[in-house]
Amino acid sequence: METTNAITMERLQAELETLKAQTNQLKDSRKDQLSIAIVSGDMDKILAAMIISLAAAAMDTQVKLFFSFWALSALRDPKKKAKGKDFISKMFGIMLPNGRNKLKLSNMNMMGMGPMMIKSLMKKQNVMSLDAMFKEAADLGVEITVCEMSMNLMGFKKEEIIDYPHLRYAGATTFVADAGESSMQWFI
Amino acid sequence: MTTEELRALAVAKSVDARGTACPGPLLEAKKAIGTINSNDVMEILSADEGTKVDIPKWCGKQGHEYLGAVEENGYFKVYMKKK
Repeated sequence: METTNAITMERLQAELETLKAQTNQLKDSRKDQLSIAIVSGDMDKILAAMIISLAAAAMDTQVKLFFSFWALSALRDPKKKAKGKDFISKMFGIMLPNGRNKLKLSNMNMMGMGPMMIKSLMKKQNVMSLDAMFKEAADLGVEITVCEMSMNLMGFKKEEIIDYPHLRYAGATTFVADAGESSMQWFI
Repeated sequence: MTTEELRALAVAKSVDARGTACPGPLLEAKKAIGTINSNDVMEILSADEGTKVDIPKWCGKQGHEYLGAVEENGYFKVYMKKK
């Protein structure tokens, strides 16, 4: 009788160990972390991404933003210039919004009237400006990963990207890895 | 808690976030929470109606105790106790 009991205890312990390992694995794959792939360069979408990121960061959720394609316009610093660009890169540089304050609206842009109206409304309603949001994001430790491939594709250079304390350059694999361990993964 | 009870609370910290819209009040609250002690009561003044719903959610996640909200003339006072 005693021996059978001992075996069951051993089995139970083994089962418990497996369960523990599995729950730990689950925990690791569902971190309190928000990963957003931001592909749009529209003012409204960048605003939405930043507001949600700030709310999440204020709730102590780790926020990791992956900026790619059109969204890179939002990370350009209008005060910075990059040298040695080829013709196509120069053209892209001229045609795309130079910085977060030059972004267009996805709807009702009306040749720039829309963004102007939204900005004045935001001021009136005490909504933070994009400048203020990026500053808050930096203070709260929101991480920005810039898609290296998009940089090359659009001919942007690192010298013309904003100064931001938690900024790095990486590829899609980094986003997939970050998103894989996040409890929230979005695409804007 | 009743409105009278909430108003009578000894507040350790008052955060005036009336000059900022969502998510400003939450950011202000997050900054201020670090300056008070455990079991201290904090009030957040906000003109943004969403704050009344957002602060309880924030408290729920962080483990703080949400005490209630009082409507003042044109703004709200939201009360919470730090864990």
